[in-house]
This record gives sequence, C-alpha cells and structure tokens, in this order.
Amino acid sequence: MLFTIEVNGQQITARRGETILECLLRNGIKVPTLCHMDGYSPTGACRICVVEVEGRNELIPSCSHPVEEWMKIKTHSPKVIRARKANVELLLSNHPDECLYCERNGSCELQNLAFDLNIRERRLNGQKHEYKKDYASPAILRDPSKCILCGRCVRLCETEQEVGAIDFYGRGNTMMIGTSYNHCLSIKNCHNCGQCVLVCPTGALYERQHIPKVQELLHKPEARVLAHLSPTVAASVASAFGLRSGKDLAGLIAAALLKIGFFKVYDTSAAIDIHIMENAALLKKRLEAGENFPLFSSCCPAWVHYFETFYPHMLKHLSPVLSPMQIMGSMLKKNSGTEAANNLVVGIMPCTAKKHEMQRPEMYKGTGMLTDAVLTTRELINLIKLHGVDLENIDPVLPNAPYHVRSTAARLYGVSGGAAEAIARTLFFMLTGQELEPIRISELRNGNLRREVKIKAGKTQIGFVAVSTIKEARKLMDEILGGRRDIHFVEVMACPGGCINGGGQPIGADEKDLKLRVKSLYETDERENIRVAHKSPLVNEFYQKQFEYPGSPTACEFFHKAKNQA
Amino acid sequence: MSHEGKKSRNPLVSAILLQNTPLMPKPIAEKVALLRREKTEVPVIYIGAGTCGMVAGAADTLQIVRNYLDDHRLKAEIVEVGCIGLCSAEPILDVQLPGKTRISFKNITAEKVYTVLDGAFNNNYEPEDVLGQFAAPALVPWEGVPFIHELPFFKNQKRLVLENCGVINPSNIEEYIARGGYRSYVKALMNYTGEEICDIIELSGLRGRGGGGFSTGKKWKIARNTQSDQKYLICNADESDPGAFMDRALIEGDPHRLIEGIAIAAYAIGASQAFIYIRAEYKRALESLKVALQQAKEYGLTGPNVYDSGVNLYISLKVGSGAFVCGEETALINNIEGKRGTPIPKPPYPAVRGLFGHPTVVNNVETLANVPLIINHGPAWFNNIGTETSKGTKVFAVTGKTQLTGLVEVEMGTTFRTLIYDIAGGIKDFKDFKALQIGGPSGACLGSPCLDLPIDYESLTKEGAMMGSGGLVVMDEHTCMVDTARYFMNFLQKESCGKCIPCREGTRRMFEILDSITKKPSDDNRHETLERFKGVMMLEELAEVVAETSLCGLGQTAPNPVISTLKYFREEFEEHIFERKCRANVCKGLRTFFIEIEKCTGCTVCFRKCPVSAIIGTQRSPHFIIQEKCIGCGICYDSCKFNAITIH
Repeated sequence: MLFTIEVNGQQITARRGETILECLLRNGIKVPTLCHMDGYSPTGACRICVVEVEGRNELIPSCSHPVEEWMKIKTHSPKVIRARKANVELLLSNHPDECLYCERNGSCELQNLAFDLNIRERRLNGQKHEYKKDYASPAILRDPSKCILCGRCVRLCETEQEVGAIDFYGRGNTMMIGTSYNHCLSIKNCHNCGQCVLVCPTGALYERQHIPKVQELLHKPEARVLAHLSPTVAASVASAFGLRSGKDLAGLIAAALLKIGFFKVYDTSAAIDIHIMENAALLKKRLEAGENFPLFSSCCPAWVHYFETFYPHMLKHLSPVLSPMQIMGSMLKKNSGTEAANNLVVGIMPCTAKKHEMQRPEMYKGTGMLTDAVLTTRELINLIKLHGVDLENIDPVLPNAPYHVRSTAARLYGVSGGAAEAIARTLFFMLTGQELEPIRISELRNGNLRREVKIKAGKTQIGFVAVSTIKEARKLMDEILGGRRDIHFVEVMACPGGCINGGGQPIGADEKDLKLRVKSLYETDERENIRVAHKSPLVNEFYQKQFEYPGSPTACEFFHKAKNQA
Repeated sequence: MSHEGKKSRNPLVSAILLQNTPLMPKPIAEKVALLRREKTEVPVIYIGAGTCGMVAGAADTLQIVRNYLDDHRLKAEIVEVGCIGLCSAEPILDVQLPGKTRISFKNITAEKVYTVLDGAFNNNYEPEDVLGQFAAPALVPWEGVPFIHELPFFKNQKRLVLENCGVINPSNIEEYIARGGYRSYVKALMNYTGEEICDIIELSGLRGRGGGGFSTGKKWKIARNTQSDQKYLICNADESDPGAFMDRALIEGDPHRLIEGIAIAAYAIGASQAFIYIRAEYKRALESLKVALQQAKEYGLTGPNVYDSGVNLYISLKVGSGAFVCGEETALINNIEGKRGTPIPKPPYPAVRGLFGHPTVVNNVETLANVPLIINHGPAWFNNIGTETSKGTKVFAVTGKTQLTGLVEVEMGTTFRTLIYDIAGGIKDFKDFKALQIGGPSGACLGSPCLDLPIDYESLTKEGAMMGSGGLVVMDEHTCMVDTARYFMNFLQKESCGKCIPCREGTRRMFEILDSITKKPSDDNRHETLERFKGVMMLEELAEVVAETSLCGLGQTAPNPVISTLKYFREEFEEHIFERKCRANVCKGLRTFFIEIEKCTGCTVCFRKCPVSAIIGTQRSPHFIIQEKCIGCGICYDSCKFNAITIH
C-alpha cells in the first residue's frame, strides 16, 4: 500500500511496512549508515542514520523505524547533522590515529564518513584502548583497537554463517568483540571464511598478509616462484583498476605477475579439471558400490574445516580429493622433474580460508608444503600496484604451459552450483559414455543459496545439491542426518553465492558487481568449445602419461589426502 | 501441568475469598481475628528482618531473643516481618502481649534485647527505646506511648501500597488473606472480564511507576487487543538505581500483594504466563518470593483453572545478574530469552511484539502492587488521590543526609519540602540542604528552588528530572555537585550496555571530561589543559546529542545528571574549571593542605601516613607539605590529632 509523506519539504511515496531508510533510498535521498546491512534485521546501534521527525524530541534511527503516514521528516537539518557529526567524532575520539598505516586506508567507511561529515578538527580527546592485535589465526587478523563495535561481523557470523565464532564481550566502554572466553581467533569454530572481513567498515578485521612472504620468495636466489591464478580472481579485479566490473583479466594479470618477477604463471583451472575428474570417478565408484552417500565436496577449505569439526563421525562422506589449489601445488612440487626442489608455489585465490588450508599438517606432502603462499584478490591488487605495473599499457599473455589448457567447466567453480554442474557433466559421461544434454544445468544456476537437481543417467537417478553459506549447509545436514536419501553429491561453498563473493575478494562489491562476475564466468562457458573436464587435452594427457585413470593409485597419491589423516 | 482438576481448598480461605454473606461463621471469624492480630493467645515478638534490618544486626537480635525466651521458659511467637519503612531505626523489635497493643522498639541491637524484653514484659521499659505503638481498637494501649501513625514520619505519609509492609508476616499467605488479600483477584475473576479490568485501570489513572509514566491501562489494552495465541506479563523487579530499594522492601515485606497484582494484570491482558525478573543480589526478596509463589500455588491461586474460572496462570522467577540496563524493558526481554541483555529499537513495542515475539506487558513492582487496591476500592477512589495528571501515591527510598532514612509513601502532589523536612526530619546535623537527586542515576539533581515542587510526573519532567523508580538522595552543603555528576556519569558509563555509540562513547567522554576537571591541575602539560577546556566546551553539546540519539532510555536520560547540575550549580562547575577550586572540599585533586606551624607538635603521624611522602619534617618540630608532590588524598588531615592541618 502506498501513501505519501513529507521529506525535506517535498512529498515522496512510501510503502507500508518499509523502514524510513528504505523509503528514503528508494526516493534518491541518501542517508549515511554504519551498522546497517541489507537483508539483516536492523539493530539500531550506530545512530548515524538518524533523522528528525516532526513532533518527536529525540532523533529517529531511519534504519529501524517503520515509515508512517503522519511523518514529516528532515534528513539533513542542522540538528541531524550535528548529531551525526558528534557521533562520528565520538568514534574518532578514541580511535587509534593510524590511518596512514591502516590496511583500509582509502577504503575505510569510518574515514569516508568523517570526511563526508566535514570533520576537520579533533574536538574530543578520549582515552584510547590498548588492545593487542590477534595474530593467532593463520587466515584472519583481528585488531580490536580499530573496532567501532558496529556489530556487522557478529551479525554475519551469527545469522548468515550460523557459526557464531565472535560475539560481544564485556559492556559499556570496555565492550569489545571477541571469541569465547576472549581467546584468540584460532579457536576451532572459526572456519576462516573471511566474510567478516568483507563487512568490517574499518581495519579491525583483515587477512593475514602474505605479500611480504611473496616478496621474500621472489628474491630468493635459484628459486622458481610459480603463481597460479584462480579464474574467479581474474573475473573480480577489473573494478579495482577502473575497468568494467566482471571483465576477465586473466591475461593481463598473468603479464603483470611475470613482470613482477614470477617465473611462471599458470591457470588454476587445469587443477580444477583434475579435481572434477577425480570427484566424478569417486562418485562413480560409490554409485557402483552403492554406499557412503552423499559425497560432500572438498573444494572449499572453510567447509572442510566445518565438516571436520561438527560431523567427525561422517568423515568418510567427505571427498578425499584435495582442493584445486593443493592439486596444483602437488603437481608443481612433485611432478616437475629435477627442478621441483626449487619450485615455490603461490596461489592467488579469492579466499582467506586457503591461508589456513595451506598450513594444515596433512598438507605437508613429502618434503614441504604444497603451497608456499596464498594471495587473496585484495593482496593481488596491492601487489600489482606495489610493483608499479600499469595494467592499461601492457599486453595480455596466455598462462604458461603446461597448465594453460582448461575446460570451461573449471571456470564454473567460482560460482555456487558450478562444481556440482561440472562434476555432473563428467559423471554423466563416465556413466553413459554420452555427453549430458542440455549441457547447461539451469537448476544449479538459479541464484539461490540452495540449488538442487536430479539427473538421470541411464537407469540411475543422481541427486546433486549445491549450497552456499554454512547456515544453509547446516540445514541440509540436518535433513540428511534426519534421513534424506535422495542426494548423491553435495557441493558446499561457505561464502554466499560461492567464491565470487569469497572472503578475499575486493571490499565494497555490491549485488551488481557480483552478478557481473557470475555473468563473466557463465559467458565463457557458453562461448568456448571444451565444456567438460574429460575433454580437456591436458587432462587426458596427464592421465594417459602418468596417472592411468581417474582414481588410480598414482592419482590418489597425488590428488587425495593422505589415507592416515582424519 | 499434571494435577489438573479440583484442588482441596483450605476452608478458611474459601470462606474469606468466596464469601457471599458478610457474616463469617464463628470459628472462622476467630481464626481471622488471630491472623489479623486483633487478639493473641501468647506474646508475639516481631523483628524487622528485611535486608535493612539484617544489615543493622537483626540476625543477632533474633538469636538473642530466642535465648531470652529459652532462659525464661517463655512461650512466645516470633515473627520475622519486613521493613516498616524507617530503615534508620532498624533493627526494630515489636512486642505484642495478649490483650495489649503492639509496642515497637527502635535500634534494638543484640546487647539491648534482654533489657528491652524485660522492660516490655514487666511494663518497665526505657522511654528512649520506644518507637511507638500500633493502634488497635480492641486492645489495651500502652500508657504514654505515642501511636505510630501519629509520628511525624508516618503522619505525613499515605501508606497504601506499603500498608502491610513491616506489619504482617510475609511468609504466611493466610495473614495476607485475612487482611483482605487476594479478594481483588477473586473479585476480578468472578465479576469482570479482562477488558473491563483494563478499563478500570485506565479510568483510575494509574501510570507506570518505573520511570516512563505511561498509562498502565492503555499499555494493557494494546497487549490485550493484539492478536496472539500467547501473551506474557513481566514484572520488572530489576531495581538497580544506587540508593533505591522500594521494590526490594515491598517484596520482602508483602510479596503476596505483588503476586496478586501480577495475577490480576495477567488476567486482564490474557496472559497465562508471567515472569518476575529479579536481580540475584536481592537474596531475601528472592527467598520471600519463592515461598510466596509456592504458597499461592498450594492455595490454588495460581496454576491451572484458578477457582474454576477457566483461567490458567503460571508465574516463573527469572533471576538476572544485576545489570542496570536490564531494567530497560527490551533488554530485559532479551535477557529472559537467554540473549545478551541489550535493548533493541522500538517500535515494535513489547506490548505488540515482545518476549519470544508475543505481546508482552512489562510492569514495575510498584505499579502492579497498586492494582489490587484499585480493583478493591474502585477506580474513582484511586482517581481522587493525587494531582490532576498523576494519581495515587508514590513510594520513595529516601537516603542521604536526612535525619531519618527509609521507605516513604506519599500522595502525588506532596512537595519535596514536606518529604524532606516533615517526614524525614530535615537535614542531619543541622546543615543546609543543597540538592536532591531523584530518579536514579539518570535522574536529575534539583537545587533548593525545587523544594516546593509538587511531586508529579509533569512538574518533574518540566524541571528536566523524572519520576524514575523512586530513589531520592538528599545532599547537604558538604556535597560537591561536580563530583556528584561525575559519580553518576561513572556509574552510567560502566553500566551502559555498549551497543549504541552515543551512550557507549558519549557517557565515557562526559565522564572523562568531568574527571579531568576534578583532578589536580597538571602544570607541566599545557596541552592537557587545552584538551580539558575543549572538552568542557563540548560537554553541553555532547549531553544534548547523547540524549537525542541514544537507543534506549538509559542513554536518552544519561546526560540528565550533567544537564541538571549545570542548570542549578553552574557556578560550581565554573569554579572547578577556572579557579580549580572545589567549594565543598570533596574533589581530591583540587584540595590544597597546609600545616599550621603554631599548632603542629611534630608528632610525625602525618609524615608516616602520607602515601606519597609529600610531608617533610623531624620529630618535635613543625612539618611541611610539598605541594608539588601532594595528591590531595586528605589522609594527613584525617590523621592529625591537633587540627594543625587546614584545607584551602
């Protein structure tokens, strides 16, 4: 139902049931916010979005108050601006003055807010909190002194991920956000998905930096630093360089990385193809044996961590295949002949959990780590800027051989549902000897957090489910534990929408950006010829020459987790 | 509930509660007379065993009384009653001999018991121990003993809610029933619909006693008219203002009145489940409530199908851990749900969507304790008490620098002057009145121009104060108002839940600013002086913004101590800021101590006690204070036996 209200002396239409903020934004009136998150119930904590409503003494938070017919609203009256300004000044009064050294310098919401509100002088000086940085987690770094307690990370962790690794702690001015018993973030129930980093307005949460490590590696004599680039990263960096969002920059980034000093730059997709083959083979084997269903994907390290923590009795359901990054590491470290000893592998991933994954004890195969450093998309952008590479004036190059050929199925891995689709295609071929028709599985592309499809291969009906976010995964787990039997393969990605929205992706991406990234990945699939992993010449060559067939003992040794680990 | 169906009812209770004729059968009438203490068969000894009594030593008194009775082989009944209101006279010991009125003795600590009881039993008491006697028409009064209701402390009060406090045995439901208790509840169940009760309460003009002053009847109606399969009533007994103890005393002294109020309110809004949210620190109140709830259940007043009316009522206790913010209704609801006790934005109001998403009414203890009275006497009776807009009475916990302290119930519209001078006996030690603090920590400090202010919601709001829950702290001339404001800001910044920025950061900044102006001026850091001054300039703006933008009542009223002290005692602030002087000599950082050479004997006491070694001197020769080192703690001042140290 529509009605009109008066805002700043003008009539605008409002809908019953919406909040004042929604109404204002819809009508093109911008109100600054801090604790507000789209799609979450408002908490009204930050008081930045306050507006003046005639007849009310106090200022009304527009994010939580429903719009009503009688309202006459002023969004930028002197009283409102004074209040907003004072509240931001209060936040700044005990904020560490470290902007120049801050991870988020330039992309900090608090900084922008202070600038927009024209705060040019420190009028209040408060006692600063001396909190230590939390370096305990291998993936995420906490700096509580920069935290402004907007509570976005807490809400996200609690509601979207249903993990609840962090929560408020203490009260009054000594309140902070911490883990249980206020220990470090290395606790078992943080799965390093990094979604909290994406929503943090300041530099209180960010990934553990690997740039210094990479620079160190680059300067090691005799070292051959090999980078492999995730296709999702390639599709996500464009806007950071002022290019059209979603544009695939794989070639340009490869060129830039070579300029920076990497010995070779590969495409992670080649490893994804192997991941598809191995999983499809495993699934086929299980279908034949008719046991251990459903099979859970293992490409998302956050999900693997979660699964191991909360469903230890079901570990045989978890695919033992390594994640694509580790497959690549395994190939590069162990399959490169005599030079392998000098090979150092840097994964460029849209993910913070990979930083945790690379240092897991079971990932030390043979002599050393499979991956030596992981750069997130954000770090990649920093690295390119740091080394002064001008992307606009260099020519794109193809990834280096031998890992330059891939199927388009591998590129789907960046989107929730993509892994299931890619595996379904290959599995169908393995079971029937024919290609899946139509090859595009639209049920797995519907944009929901849960996507389900049943595929008939010969006489067997195979159920595929793709879920993203831990919350959704948990719901599905409850169904499975409750007796659901029609699912054969479950793909889980911990970040909403899949890796395109991963914890290592550029901060501040909106719905539109995400859609463009997805579109970019899907478009390649429509455009190119090799659309299934089993048709990739590179994969076929590998299996013919060395690994015999997917799931063979040699393949297991290379691409599966060691048997003895849990 | 397992035991549905008809319960075996106590014949006495049924006869009183469900009586159809005014005449009671004789045996029951006799039992009632005993319960009402209109006659006794053995001597009865009453001991004020509320928390205030216990703190004053009632536990020891009680033990000695038992010893006395054993020693003298006397058969007597000992009754532990709640607080009668005169906390400064605790422990209070009353004696009622058969046929005589009940005589009350004040400040009876353990060592006095034998003398007093000897005196009482032998009619040979010390007059200065006597507080007064209770009037009772059928009993023989003590000669020359004033009646309690004629004492100035009680004469100027209008004790309605507190009528039973300190008089009846709180752990005996029958005494309450014999005095007309639970009759309102049964009347409500039998004669009125919930809608009608809401109307009665609205007509009576009862307003919330917890601070806001919203019409109770209206609140109930909103909840009643909201469609839902489940509704809740919550009694907010999370009293946490410093210096306030109305709810505690009421629950300790007369818990059944509260339960009756809850029962009526729950019936009115259609709630079958009620919660009492009480803080864990109130141990005695908690015990008293537990006993009372158990008794109410045994007597069939709660539980399924109360008195065959088809109404179910279950009352649960929820024990909070004493966070100030949990007195805010949404924080309280969150807490009962098992979440962190932080407020959530309103609307939706709890009456529409509260506990577990269902309509919930949150009422203060005193509000609910008024309800049985209104049902019993009718709305018109209640409406006649008080002022135009504020009806009924208000209970205050009077503390601070008055002669008498304790629990006082006055009619709305009474002036503060009557309250402080007539009831509480004026200021202690004949000092001058300086300020009174009303409404808890987020209330206001009012100066002497407000003494003639009538106590009602509107006039208090007009002065920037609020009724609050009823804490009333009286301050004399030796109180520093800046320090008072600082104290309350410190309390508030610690108790803020930390959720919203203005309250979390704003109260802290305000405290820091106030703290800096009460501290010793540091001359080596001029930057600090500048910062302090900048802060002072921001203080008022900050106060306004915190009040305007905070999420809940705590933050919205948090600047009140600062705003009101600035209003009435601005010159004191200016003195602190510009002259660096505290006229009450309270602010430690602003005191300068000097040793008068003529008076100093060189005893070295101050020299030895000074924590920062700021005093120099040798034995038997005058000492000196090094001002740069002195932190103004005042230990030397307190320890000097020769009054040789002066404050400037």
